[in-house]
Amino acid sequence: MKLWSEFRSWTRAMLGRSRMESDMDTELKFHIEAYAEDLIRKGVPRAQAVRRARVEFGGVERAKEECRDARGVSFFEALAQDLRYGVRMLRKSPGFTAIAVLTIALGIGATTAIFSIVDATLLHPLPYPHPEQLVNIEDDLPGVGAQDVGISVPEWQDMQRSGIFQNVSPLGGGSVNLTGSSRPARVFFAAVPPNYFALIGVKPQLGRLFNPDDHTPGFTLEGVISDGIWKSAFGGDPNILGRSVRLDNDLYQIIGVMPPGYHDPGRTPQDRNVEMWMATGFAGPPAPPPQRNSRILPNTIARIAPGLKLQAAQSRVDALVASLQKQYPVDYPAQAGWHVRLVPLQESVVGNVRQSLILLLGAVGLVLLIGCVNVANLLLARASARGREMAIRQAIGASRRRLMSQLLTEGLLLSLAGGVAGLAILYFTKGFLLRIVPDSLPRLNEVAINWSVLLFALGAILVAGVVFGLAPAWHVGRADLTHVLKQEGRGSTGSGEQARTRRILVVTEFALSLVLMIAAGLLLRSFWDLLNVRPGFNPENVMSVRTWLPVPNDPETDIYKTAAQEAPFIREVIRRSKTVPGVEEAAMGDLAALPLGHDQDDLNPYLMILEGHETESNLAPLVNISIVSPEYFHLIGMTLQRGRLFADLDNETAPAVAVINEAYARTYWPNGDALGKHLKLEDARGTRRDRPWTTVIGVIADARTESLAEVGVPQLYLSLYQKTSKDLAIFVRGRLDTAAIPVQLREQVQAVNPELPVFGAQTLSEVVSASLSERRFSMEIVGLFAMTALLLAGLGIYGVISYLVSERTHEIGIRLALGAQRQSIVRMVLRQGLRLAVVGAAVGLACALIVSYFMAGVLYGVRPADPLTFIGVAGLLICVALLACYIPARRALRVDPLTALRYE
Amino acid sequence: MTDKQLDLLQGTLDMLILKAVSLGPLHGYGVLLRIQQISKDRLEIQQGSLYPALYRLEHQGWISSEWGESENKRKARFYRLTATGKRRLQTEAANWNRMSDVIAGILETTPEEV
Repeated sequence: MKLWSEFRSWTRAMLGRSRMESDMDTELKFHIEAYAEDLIRKGVPRAQAVRRARVEFGGVERAKEECRDARGVSFFEALAQDLRYGVRMLRKSPGFTAIAVLTIALGIGATTAIFSIVDATLLHPLPYPHPEQLVNIEDDLPGVGAQDVGISVPEWQDMQRSGIFQNVSPLGGGSVNLTGSSRPARVFFAAVPPNYFALIGVKPQLGRLFNPDDHTPGFTLEGVISDGIWKSAFGGDPNILGRSVRLDNDLYQIIGVMPPGYHDPGRTPQDRNVEMWMATGFAGPPAPPPQRNSRILPNTIARIAPGLKLQAAQSRVDALVASLQKQYPVDYPAQAGWHVRLVPLQESVVGNVRQSLILLLGAVGLVLLIGCVNVANLLLARASARGREMAIRQAIGASRRRLMSQLLTEGLLLSLAGGVAGLAILYFTKGFLLRIVPDSLPRLNEVAINWSVLLFALGAILVAGVVFGLAPAWHVGRADLTHVLKQEGRGSTGSGEQARTRRILVVTEFALSLVLMIAAGLLLRSFWDLLNVRPGFNPENVMSVRTWLPVPNDPETDIYKTAAQEAPFIREVIRRSKTVPGVEEAAMGDLAALPLGHDQDDLNPYLMILEGHETESNLAPLVNISIVSPEYFHLIGMTLQRGRLFADLDNETAPAVAVINEAYARTYWPNGDALGKHLKLEDARGTRRDRPWTTVIGVIADARTESLAEVGVPQLYLSLYQKTSKDLAIFVRGRLDTAAIPVQLREQVQAVNPELPVFGAQTLSEVVSASLSERRFSMEIVGLFAMTALLLAGLGIYGVISYLVSERTHEIGIRLALGAQRQSIVRMVLRQGLRLAVVGAAVGLACALIVSYFMAGVLYGVRPADPLTFIGVAGLLICVALLACYIPARRALRVDPLTALRYE
Repeated sequence: MTDKQLDLLQGTLDMLILKAVSLGPLHGYGVLLRIQQISKDRLEIQQGSLYPALYRLEHQGWISSEWGESENKRKARFYRLTATGKRRLQTEAANWNRMSDVIAGILETTPEEV
């Protein structure tokens, strides 16, 4: 209430300064005239009355000035004065200012940088109209332990008709050979129903999009291209519309170009960077005839009907599922437990990075906090040096509130300068910083320094300024004047209380740094363990390049339709690859066979039926298979445990055979030998249903081909001579010239078939390393933050101990004069520092235990409460503390007793 | 002006103003007259110091002001007591009474009582 009235009178004063002045004039004039009139009424002559009234009133101008003061007009003048004074103080000690501003600049810059990523990925809605209506449809079969298995075409049509959604759109995709341009190229494509763009809600920059009412069962032979490929492959040709291109040998007409910056929502970089969209009904060739239980649509998104909440939509979907299960009991056996989940699209796009990002934000927040504590410490040290100034100003009448507000203004000024510097650094290093972020991070292209990021930075600046401005201000508010002034006279500075606050700040700093360092230590150990894990294959001296056999819409025109048709191509490419200089071994496989180099989408899910356990195919376990040539196992370095590997004779005319890993054998034949057992594989996406019985001929040792963190994922291998694959990788081992191999292998592949693109050359070591990129990123960032924290904590303890030493100079002088051993002086100083460090470390260890417990999800091979990390890091921190204290301790030794005593 | 006028004790002007306007809205000059009237002209009030005090009290929210018309039909600013001002006046009055009791008690002390 009081504040409000003060504020009102300020604003009135500020806004209507001239009105206020004239009001004041009127009021005072009225007073004097009224008084004069009263005097006249009492019989005083008019001229004399007016004069007397003026004289008795006193100085009108002085009264006005006092009125202005009373109004609080001077607040802004006071602020301006504080600012001017603050700037002058900061300029007077450039060293202090530089260190403080730099500390804050780093803190604010780093925090804002991480926040901008969090803002773009987690906080911002997806960049499509009404993003809250967008969901991902995920089908689970909890009865067979399968998640997100995809949906079938009839299910899609049921959902589209259900009225729950405005639109439902499956997304197929992959890469496709684009020919007809200068050189065969690989482009990422998405096969979408014609209603897809209507669902997303985008408009093309050129031409048109698919007609949502088009109900063609197969591909419409119309293509929409991205702005990127329009510029790169077609030179931004404005007459692109109507032009024909060949995609996997089918002719497509380009009908539209998407706007620049448009990206599909997707979980993988490939899904997000689609360059070409084709429309299909998923019901005609090359798709199989629609069947309720063939889940050929791996990804489906939908837009909920307007006005319908997610939960309401989910319960209506549950009802739909229940009625479908009743209607088609054979397709939906109760044991499989078919369940459809609606997941907000944003959640499904960014869900897997949430934990890492929150970890990073927490880490950077700690760094900022430590930076603030450090600056608070510096400010306190300065405040104690300025204790005399403050005391004198107080003694001659400055109010404590006024002094506190001045110190707070200085703090805010510092943090503002630091924050602006930090934002400037961030702005100029933006491009570089974005490059070091792994591109598997979703929505990276949306990261920007926008208003919400700036607002966040401003908030951080204000909080930081108040945090470290408050410490010295609080002390001015509490200082005992006479005490300070008396102490000043004796040459000692600061109060005992101030020293205590500084010690508490240093302890806080140590505790915070320890938490960060332990987090970094745990991440480092996880990463180290992963790097040194035995992957079960040998990535040294192996390179892979990829190629892709076209899949024409009409299967009859496919020249690689059967394994028998594909085999000659495979044999010829392997034979030719071996002729490349340096190559000692060559093999081929599908993309799933590229260890650690494939996404979830690249896997081939198959339903497996074990002989003797024939069940409904819907109850069969889903397994992922890899298809490889016989040379693969030796080249990649996987070791045979039992049985035999593929031979050249295992071709399409021979009985079907499979090699499995030990995890597979353990999972499906826990009580017996897998060798010689029979199984049948049915494509979960339903293209073929007549696979022959396949015999297990060999068991290989487990290898970490899915992720370095996962051991014992069941794997089943089929021979490339018995099972076709379109998405192929060529592996070579030897003393390889990594620069020449991609070109040489392209020549060899294109010598067999000039229409085929050759791309994606990488060494297997690069693939292994890239599979850790996200972990490496969080480890490096948190590690960097931890190093900064350690440095700041070291500086903090150095400052406090130096101060304590300088304060005790005469005491040390007396001790030395009385014959104290120099060693015992050093020990005394070190003990002081050590006490702070140990208390800080103890508090930090307790906090770190809690934090590490929450980190369990991102750790590998190390317990959250790993004693080695905890003890090691605490030890390191204490060593740094001792080192930081040793410098002032040495200074204490150099104290000359005579000089010290003379000052006394 | 029979008796010699007393100088106002420091800090009491605010209280007197609050009291004066508590009896009804007044313009600045009216406040002066009212105080002189109640005190039977025994208090000397510096006219010039009246206005800063009024402004300060308004700034603190204890009184509020609005423009109105004086008895002789002239534009004048009238002050009235606010709710917080009323509470303030009560505490100030209570403090004052306590203080004057204590001081009176001290001054009336006779040697026998010590």
